[in-house]
Amino acid sequence: MTKMERAGRYPVEFNLNGEPVDGFASPRMLLSDFLRHEIGATGTHVGCEHGVCGVCTVKVDGKAVRSCLMFAVQAEGAEIETIEGMAEADGSFSALQEAFHQNFALQCGYCTPGVLMSLSEFLGRNPDPTEDEVKVALSGNICRCTGYHEIVQAAMDAAKAIREGAA
Amino acid sequence: MKPPPFDYLRANSVDEAVAMLAEQGDDARIIAGGQSLVPMLNMRLMRPEVLVDIGKLEETRYIRKSHGSVEIGASTTQGEVMDWDELDATLPLVAKAFPHIGHFQTRNRGTVCGSITHADPSSELPLCLAVLGGEVTLQSSQGARTVSAGDFQQGLLTVDKEADEMTVMVSFPVAQSGEGYAFQEFAHRHGDFAVVAVAAKVTGDSIRLGVGGVADRPEVRQWGLLEGDALDDALNEFAWEMGGSDDIHASARHRRELVRHLGREAVADARQEAGI
Repeated sequence: MTKMERAGRYPVEFNLNGEPVDGFASPRMLLSDFLRHEIGATGTHVGCEHGVCGVCTVKVDGKAVRSCLMFAVQAEGAEIETIEGMAEADGSFSALQEAFHQNFALQCGYCTPGVLMSLSEFLGRNPDPTEDEVKVALSGNICRCTGYHEIVQAAMDAAKAIREGAA
Repeated sequence: MKPPPFDYLRANSVDEAVAMLAEQGDDARIIAGGQSLVPMLNMRLMRPEVLVDIGKLEETRYIRKSHGSVEIGASTTQGEVMDWDELDATLPLVAKAFPHIGHFQTRNRGTVCGSITHADPSSELPLCLAVLGGEVTLQSSQGARTVSAGDFQQGLLTVDKEADEMTVMVSFPVAQSGEGYAFQEFAHRHGDFAVVAVAAKVTGDSIRLGVGGVADRPEVRQWGLLEGDALDDALNEFAWEMGGSDDIHASARHRRELVRHLGREAVADARQEAGI
């Protein structure tokens, strides 16, 4: 049994985009706040903070999840991926980012990190999706600028690029 | 939108978790996936003194077939069950309901037992459990007991579970050949809470229909193989009996119409699947 008192601050360590990071968190600190305020990884945005809007989506052990519905202390020892780790090692765009750029699939960009992290898991599981499947996959990410049309197109283009890249 | 302060206990076994519940009583809440609990904490709708985390317990992470049922442990996520390759064959109703439950990102952490124990009246999994006549197994430091789905959910977010008990497992009866199942839901957006959800099971001599989102818990009716006007009359009576009310999502009248409409569609789909 591990016990953490409400007023305490406890060390939390995990791998963020393959690199070990650490900080301190009280039990109630959300993973989204820990990433932004303790680690300084502000690419993960915060919106509704009750799991609806999807902007805080990150990958935990390969699965896209809401970082506002998880406490930092629950991430101890996990492999966490955020938007900061999405580009290639040389800094060039990943296929998914490139497709968003080409399709003008963002306007204000606030929802984009969450959309990309969701699509990253989705396209990994379903590399040849239909448009309808993409729309269902995007239903958990709210975008108030684009009207989604360009995002769906970018996801379809990214899937094609990833398939061709893998072939 | 930050949760209120709480002490956090991570249990390494069910025994440890129930010992903590015995010690803390009403002040403690079990957290598994947290996909219903954490929003309520963030919105300060709930202020537990202590959270007991069972999310990483290997002991309760299982999907197993036993005595004609599928048993799902307390830390098994909805996503894990949805990915189980025997789901379509054993629990076709649950397989049909899953895409309506939140989004894949919440199913990645949300658990089946957690959703059933949270007992939101519009939730899909409690509805499936009620229609299939499943069971919930509770454990405390004093021992374990099993409660039928019909007795477990008593009302809005209210279940037959004492403060020192945790849900360790739910079991769903396996579908038999010759049965047909259908699930229909109306929500304002994909993944939103259902305004009305209906689940139908058709066998050689019966129709069993459950409705979520209208009463304060899933309601189930069982009829013979009604057709045409007789089925419409039964659906209409069912819709009125549940006594739904107006809220910001829909009027009571709209809900009754959805029960009649979705009910008819679900029964037709289930009959077709059963070949009846």
